[in-house]
Amino acid sequence: MTAETGLAALWLAAALAALQVLLGVIALRRNMPQAVGAIRAVAIVQGALAAIAMGALIRAFLDTDLSVVLVAANSHSMKPWLYKFAGAWGNHEGSMLLWVTILGVAGAAVAKFEHRLAQPTLVATLAAQAAIALGFYAFLLFASNPFARLSPPPPDGAGLNPLLQDPGLAFHPPTLYAGYVGLSVAFSFAVGALVTRDVGPMFARAMRPWVLAAWIFLTLGITAGSYWAYYELGWGGWWFWDPVENASLMPWLAATALLHSVTVLATRDGLRAWTVMLAVVAFSMSMIGTFLVRSGILTSVHAFAVDPRRGSFILVLLLLYIGGALALFGARVGSVRQGKLFEPFSREGSLVANNLLLTVILGIVLIGTFYPIIAAAFDIQLSVGPPFFDSTAGPIALLLVAIMAAGPLLRWRRDEAEALIQRSFPAIAAALFAGVGVFLLGGPIGVLPLAGVALAAGLAVASVAPLAKRNLARAPLHLWGMVIAHLGIAVSLAGMAISTAYTQETLLAVGVGDPARIAGYTVRLEGVRPLVSDNWSALEGRLAVTDESGTRFVLRPQVRYFTTPVTTTNESAIATMWNGQLYTVLGALGDDGRWQLRLWWKPFVTLIWLGGAMIAIGGALSLVGHQYRLWRTKQRAEAFA
Amino acid sequence: MKRWLVWLPLCAFGIIVAVIAWGLWQPADRTVRSALVGRPLPDFVLPAIAPGKPGLASADFRQGSPRLLNVFASWCVPCVAEAPQLLTLKAAGVPIDAIAIKDTPGDVAAFLRRNGDPYARVGADAHSRVQLALGSSGVPETFVVDGKGVIRAQHVGDIRAEDVPELLQALADAK
Repeated sequence: MTAETGLAALWLAAALAALQVLLGVIALRRNMPQAVGAIRAVAIVQGALAAIAMGALIRAFLDTDLSVVLVAANSHSMKPWLYKFAGAWGNHEGSMLLWVTILGVAGAAVAKFEHRLAQPTLVATLAAQAAIALGFYAFLLFASNPFARLSPPPPDGAGLNPLLQDPGLAFHPPTLYAGYVGLSVAFSFAVGALVTRDVGPMFARAMRPWVLAAWIFLTLGITAGSYWAYYELGWGGWWFWDPVENASLMPWLAATALLHSVTVLATRDGLRAWTVMLAVVAFSMSMIGTFLVRSGILTSVHAFAVDPRRGSFILVLLLLYIGGALALFGARVGSVRQGKLFEPFSREGSLVANNLLLTVILGIVLIGTFYPIIAAAFDIQLSVGPPFFDSTAGPIALLLVAIMAAGPLLRWRRDEAEALIQRSFPAIAAALFAGVGVFLLGGPIGVLPLAGVALAAGLAVASVAPLAKRNLARAPLHLWGMVIAHLGIAVSLAGMAISTAYTQETLLAVGVGDPARIAGYTVRLEGVRPLVSDNWSALEGRLAVTDESGTRFVLRPQVRYFTTPVTTTNESAIATMWNGQLYTVLGALGDDGRWQLRLWWKPFVTLIWLGGAMIAIGGALSLVGHQYRLWRTKQRAEAFA
Repeated sequence: MKRWLVWLPLCAFGIIVAVIAWGLWQPADRTVRSALVGRPLPDFVLPAIAPGKPGLASADFRQGSPRLLNVFASWCVPCVAEAPQLLTLKAAGVPIDAIAIKDTPGDVAAFLRRNGDPYARVGADAHSRVQLALGSSGVPETFVVDGKGVIRAQHVGDIRAEDVPELLQALADAK
């Protein structure tokens, strides 16, 4: 029954989405913005139905209902509870259902909470949101039914990809998707505003919290995904420029640019056309990213299945939505009134520079990601990897950091170069101090990492400068948000630069009792013992680690053997110190009775994710701060009345 | 803003769609081609593994006439599928040597008994070291080696009946 309930909810949701589009079009045609009440109700029920469908799928996975094809193909009765639950989206159909569920719920949230947007624009926005949802409902119902039955049911399921059997699966896809799909709201807002030709500060103020919320989730999702890959894949890397990582980075870059340009539009009424275009581009990047992952045209650790039919279906959806929105943009943006102009040397100017640089990085990542397909068209086989991205996006990102340090120190509208230099003197001093210090004391270091360390120090000082000479208790929450988010970039950048420059790595074969040394730590393999769990068995190494001061602790890396499906994974064991991580991986047993052991010392690597978390927290503070101020203004107005 | 500029995003998107569509309907060829085609065989000496047959060394390929080098394993299913084609090639007078990957003498003997024995020599590569040095990514793979020990062609995957004339042609070209 559960599966049928889910399928019925999905069909009903699709029908309501169609109704929502229809109502929207009629309301706009007949000029009856009062229909917004009905459209709001439809949108909320549609979101609830999508959530019911997702709930039904989760229920089927929790019960290991093997008569459902998807469960039989991806789950197993012996799997731990958490992976049965999260396994619901650890496959193609389930992840697409999660995708439309978030799309529907986001639309419902707009319908419930959005009260600042002009009514006709809201009608158009909700219609656009439903139009997107309708396409993806159709995709699920016609090309990827998650509730299809299997008769007779098999005795047990095929199991979940062991690499996905990690608590990260419960957290990473939902947050990333909330970010990815949350950007659909910005897209629908932009389409709505283009339809009604209503682009201005009010529109920007209404859109900003939605963009910010999606961006917070996206930041968290990327940070969590990076840490997950770092400890789970056992390569000790935290970013691989894998096509799917790029697919999550591109919407983030666009959303970050949008977040800043929407501020210019909200406060200074500038950058109208540009903001609308970024809102379209951000979600377009999400959809293209989804397409890359789901169609399997690029080889990736994230690809579940290769199916050209599904790929063609999504491609048609992309053509309709992105092509349609960009065509609307081309046709309508000329009639959007020009916003206010400003001097290039000003806060607005620095935000424009920030936008341009983010867009250039976005372009580089886009070209790098698609280049292998383009090259294949000319019969050239190649892959584009870290050397390309590091050497192209790296220097531009550093330039962006420099502008980011200067931006908040600039005044709106116009400013003087001399005044800026005066204000940024502490930051410049910190950058020079850190750069020279690392160069002299830290040992050999490349140009990019050195520049990274120096700029991180400068940015850190410049980020907190807006708080200087202010009463900290009275500084507005959204200012704290900006300070902490920018500081987070500095922290993350410092972690990237230092760990890139000073990581130590050694691969050796050790017998039981042999000592290995790395970065002042002595690691001794004391023994290897077998372990059994529900759906895997493992060999666990016992590594006794002694640091320079004689403190001892134990690390237990494992080699895990999964039975359904048959796979081996290396579970790294990581010790986190204040100044870095000792990362250990147990490898295979050689013919001579010695074990392969891979050791890394990664100085300050944890700063990367700490910085990521700070960026998200900064975003959250900004969101709460703005909403709180709005609420207080309303309260005061009511009290006054 | 210039009028044409507003259509730029749509044009860029059009290009992306064209590229994607091409990639979608023309799936990329993911076979790993050896970088050694046209270059001499790497040096190796492998011990014998099949009953009554000598082991294999790179020097065996510098005898003046072209030979096939078949990389196989007794545990490999496509290797069973290509066995009849190897026998056809042998019947056509082609000398075939082999490298057995991660195998045991008992398993190899049983494999040759069941599927026929097309090989002149079989070397044992217990840890895939020679296989990797050859630039071979899996089993089965077959290399055409000319009389001077230079690799002239590589066939990835099992040899189908329609591949036999191609291999014979490659052998003729290698003379």
